Amino acid sequence: MKIPPGVSAGDFADAIKQFEDAVGKEWVFTSDEDVALYRDAYSPFWGEADELVASAAVAPDTVEQVQKVVRIANHYKIPIYPVSTGKDLGYGGSAPTYSGSVVLDLKRMNRILEVNEQNAYALVEPGVSYFDLYRYIQEKGIKLWVDVPDPGWGSPIGNSLDRGGGYLTALYRNHFDSHCGMEVVLANGELMRTGMGAMPGAQTWQQYKSGFGPWIDGMFSQSNFGVVTKMGFWLLPQPDAYLSGTVMVPKHEDLIPMIDILNWLENTNCTTGMPFLGSPLLSRGGPLSAGGPPPDAELTALLAKPIATTLNELDAYAQKKGVGFFSCTLSFYGAAEANAANWEFAKEKFSAIPGAKFVDGQSYKLPLTDEQKGNVNVPLFGIPSLRMFSIGARSEANPTPGNGHIWFAPIIPRTGEAIFEANRVFTDAAKELNLPVPSFSLPTCYWERGFIYLFGFPITHDIEANKRNRAAFDRLVQIAAQHGWGEYRTAPAHQASVMDTYSFNNHALLHFHETVKDAIDPNGILSAGRYGIWPKHLREAKG
Amino acid sequence: MKNARVGLLLALSLMITAPAFAAPDQDQIEKGHKVYDKWCFPCHGTGLGKPGTDSLAARGQKPAVLEERTDLTVPAIKTFVRHGVLFMPMFRKTEVSDADLDAIAAYLTRNNKP
Repeated sequence: MKIPPGVSAGDFADAIKQFEDAVGKEWVFTSDEDVALYRDAYSPFWGEADELVASAAVAPDTVEQVQKVVRIANHYKIPIYPVSTGKDLGYGGSAPTYSGSVVLDLKRMNRILEVNEQNAYALVEPGVSYFDLYRYIQEKGIKLWVDVPDPGWGSPIGNSLDRGGGYLTALYRNHFDSHCGMEVVLANGELMRTGMGAMPGAQTWQQYKSGFGPWIDGMFSQSNFGVVTKMGFWLLPQPDAYLSGTVMVPKHEDLIPMIDILNWLENTNCTTGMPFLGSPLLSRGGPLSAGGPPPDAELTALLAKPIATTLNELDAYAQKKGVGFFSCTLSFYGAAEANAANWEFAKEKFSAIPGAKFVDGQSYKLPLTDEQKGNVNVPLFGIPSLRMFSIGARSEANPTPGNGHIWFAPIIPRTGEAIFEANRVFTDAAKELNLPVPSFSLPTCYWERGFIYLFGFPITHDIEANKRNRAAFDRLVQIAAQHGWGEYRTAPAHQASVMDTYSFNNHALLHFHETVKDAIDPNGILSAGRYGIWPKHLREAKG
Repeated sequence: MKNARVGLLLALSLMITAPAFAAPDQDQIEKGHKVYDKWCFPCHGTGLGKPGTDSLAARGQKPAVLEERTDLTVPAIKTFVRHGVLFMPMFRKTEVSDADLDAIAAYLTRNNKP
């Protein structure tokens, strides 16, 4: 049995016994075979001595059991690492950031405590998955939608605390922003509720976010300040109808006004669904190929050159063929008549770009029929799935799939200019780092005020390849930061290097995090190292 | 209460006298079907966007849907669930218990020929 660093074998044995008394012997896992199930399946350290692994795992079923476990860990100064469903693949999975920690596995806490249709919210425990919440709502015929991330087996609590996102309207896409009220077990075992929940008998815990006084919920996201045991989430009342429509613009430089108009339409609530950027031209067998028609010889020759040198020629080709260079697909949720009117208004605005063309998209009266559900991009309708994993699955184009992925995901300004600049920077970086060169990439539009690029790094079981990729990843983080672009979220392997880029005024923000950490978790037991925040004794040990 | 005790004793005696390698009973298969639907179907089921099914199909596996197979073995099923393969992760016992896994195995081997 592995023993946590800094803990004596005797103390660990005593603590394990007390964990067993607290949660039941069958829910304390210490055998190598059981603890191996907590490995990060997508670990970039897979098979290396530095792989982040657990020493044991404890799986409480109630808040009271969580408090007991935390108090025991605090007494013996045992590092513990809470996970909710443990399926945050690409961001650490169920493995700790500090190797040798005991994983506090909250999967058994899977109660859906309330779904309130009248006020459109849910209150859940950490082990509830998006699948669980969706099924519950469907079975009870409740007319509410859950904003789901790509993999449906994740937890609303875990995903929102890691600041993940989804696909419905802007109010719900940012999962942390759409939460309302938390319950947290602190490092000393004390139970705290935030927002209105701090008032005994509160009637509006899931209806008014900030309560009274400092609003501290954000401190429990991407951090290690407490164990979140309940969270409320606002849910989208089932809309009347859905409509999508696509605008296509003919020249590369039209991307700039297209984004500006898109932003205006979003920020005035004309369109509230998640937009998707595309390139009909580059999809023709080019770098954004997604099943489009194969390129002809002329386009093939153009695409063989660095795209930055052929933009004007590509413009001419696009105009000759009558195909748009860039496109943007809008989504509308609401009354069918309002959706149609908003799409007409959007077309009017985009028509300021000479040569803009429009294609009407999908139009559905909601709810979808079962047949329709089989033909749509399901997260746009609040339906969880695991479709996203098709990216890494074996296919004709990918006959030798890897063992997972992590994401390099910088936030850049929401402008067309920034897209061109990011492409220049990341194309140069890819050459420098000997990575596959993405001749042109488009960001995604999860957040209304910033773009996010998602570049997948493959995980393999080839140690040398993983080492090269880790080095390249850290270099990309630095290059992005040099241009003022920061990661929104990252795997444990890179959390410290990313946090290091948020260094304004000699790392004043990190120093603040550390001050908080030392004050509310003086023994440093909770998720040491998560998001680059280390407790005092480990900061000193690291020098 | 008396009837309950008789029932319990009867159940215990059945457990003791049941053959060690009896074929899985229908209850076990039905339980396995439910566990499969919750944990396996989203990746290995039928329909669009099932990465596990798509991946096996791309490898030439016929049938690619696990529920339609008649050649899966219990040890293989358990190995894949507890160790993962390629982009499929392993599953913890708080997700799929050993009893759940036994039931999944019973379900997926229900049509195997003896």
